Amino acid sequence: MISVTDRLRFRHVVLRNYRVWRKLLAASLVGHLLDPLFWLVGLGFGLGSLLPSVGGMPYLEFLGSGMICYGVMNSASFEALWSAFARLKQQRTWEGILHAPMTVTDVVIGEWVWAALKGMLSGVAILFVMALLGLVHGVAALWALPVMLLTGLAFAGIALVVTAIARTYDHFIYYFTLFITPMMLVSGVFFPTAQLPPAVQVVAQVLPLSHAIELTRPIVLGRALQGGAIHVLALAAIATIGVVAARALVARRLR
Amino acid sequence: MLARAVLTVHGLHKKFGALEVVRGVSFEVGAGECYGLLGPNGAGKTTTLRCCLGLTVPDAGEITLDSLPVPARAREARARVGVVPQFDNLDPDFTVRENLQMFARYFGLPRAEVAARIPWLIEYAGLVDKADAPIEALSGGMKRRLTIARALVNDPRVLFLDEPTTGLDPQARHLVWERLKRLLGEGRTIILTTHFMDEAQRLCDRVAIMDHGAFIAEAPPHTLIEREIEPVVIEVYGDGVGAWFEAHARRLAARAELSGDTAFCYCRDPDPLLATLADEPELRVLRRAANLEDVFLKLTGRDLRD
Repeated sequence: MISVTDRLRFRHVVLRNYRVWRKLLAASLVGHLLDPLFWLVGLGFGLGSLLPSVGGMPYLEFLGSGMICYGVMNSASFEALWSAFARLKQQRTWEGILHAPMTVTDVVIGEWVWAALKGMLSGVAILFVMALLGLVHGVAALWALPVMLLTGLAFAGIALVVTAIARTYDHFIYYFTLFITPMMLVSGVFFPTAQLPPAVQVVAQVLPLSHAIELTRPIVLGRALQGGAIHVLALAAIATIGVVAARALVARRLR
Repeated sequence: MLARAVLTVHGLHKKFGALEVVRGVSFEVGAGECYGLLGPNGAGKTTTLRCCLGLTVPDAGEITLDSLPVPARAREARARVGVVPQFDNLDPDFTVRENLQMFARYFGLPRAEVAARIPWLIEYAGLVDKADAPIEALSGGMKRRLTIARALVNDPRVLFLDEPTTGLDPQARHLVWERLKRLLGEGRTIILTTHFMDEAQRLCDRVAIMDHGAFIAEAPPHTLIEREIEPVVIEVYGDGVGAWFEAHARRLAARAELSGDTAFCYCRDPDPLLATLADEPELRVLRRAANLEDVFLKLTGRDLRD
């Protein structure tokens, strides 16, 4: 009989990363809170004062809700790329864990969940800053939390695939330059996708960040959600495909 | 068949791409035994070890570790053994104590049991003064001892060590040997790979010499030496050794080899050979007993393996 606690062995990996992160707690929290604050104050007030309303809402609200998704994406991706790669290659941390009664699946799921949680933390910090600035409409905005977790799992899944096949840290620059940065620009973080040429809009629609924003923005701002199930399913599918592929690739790499 | 085998390997094969790294290896290790896998770089030692632990899945062969089939139930088997890898993979984000605590978590051991065991492990590693130091503050020898201590968190009866003393200075190596002997004294089983012959001769009850993915000899070290090598070895070096070698060594030694500017002469009766050296004052002579390194070089050759 394999007990439930035994099946949840991946939690040891999550806990390991949490224990390391806890040592740098102060620096991490300051970064997570100040970074979005500067963005919101700088871009939001500066650019926002020129724009009376964007997508039918004050620019600060538009930008803040987009920044939540951008923050989750960025934070989860960094963790599942640079930090995970350090543990895979430089530090041989995963190798060490596999010498214990742990499996590649435990390690990959643990890293996946951890990266998603870090992404979520980043999103929560931005939501908190938005609440301080009076941009959040009611407690129902907390429904954005599970969406942040799902968004984190989607981006962590893709990033772990990249990590599993990367030879050096330099590969991650391509991933950011060719995927993350353009996605950030076309998925409706800073301006509505309706402003883009139609061809770009079609592509933008299927990008994971667009799904995250289509869900998060109405939830945080207390507006009507459209096509919620499709966006949830899309993110869930990306997350699942990512983690399954990453598991297979890591297993092949460490065999 | 050994009466109480803790590890049985039968007909092990492993290919990486077109390269067959392990080609039909079979062996058994009995409880309480120290078993050494020797071989030049690339002989297949590490792959064999990784197969035994279920970390690499073999293409063919049967492995039983502590009565469990591997790789089918490798995870359960690993819960009962300790592993010391070739390259240190201590967690640099944690201190000495935290490394042991964290590793114990991966085994799902009860916290109270771990808390009670950790002071003993730190003492065993000789790191009482460094218990709360970060890993980067440790010397190579300290890291190795901590890695061995870490492999003991689950109080295993069987330990796998992949080149436990590679890269250590003589003092650190002797300390590691002393620690390993302590474990053998407690009745634990050790399976190690090494390319240090003195290490194997000192620690191992039995050794297997591996080359190109297959076993080429397996016996207790002294048996191998007696079986393969003449009892006395005369090493001669210095200017003019070549001429002397051609004139006398080939004729008077049971077996002789010239490697660089050193002649290795393997003899049953060294006296006639030594007599010829009396007239060669410029040649330096070392007389010694045959050892495991002689066996190793005889069986695997003197060519470099990179």
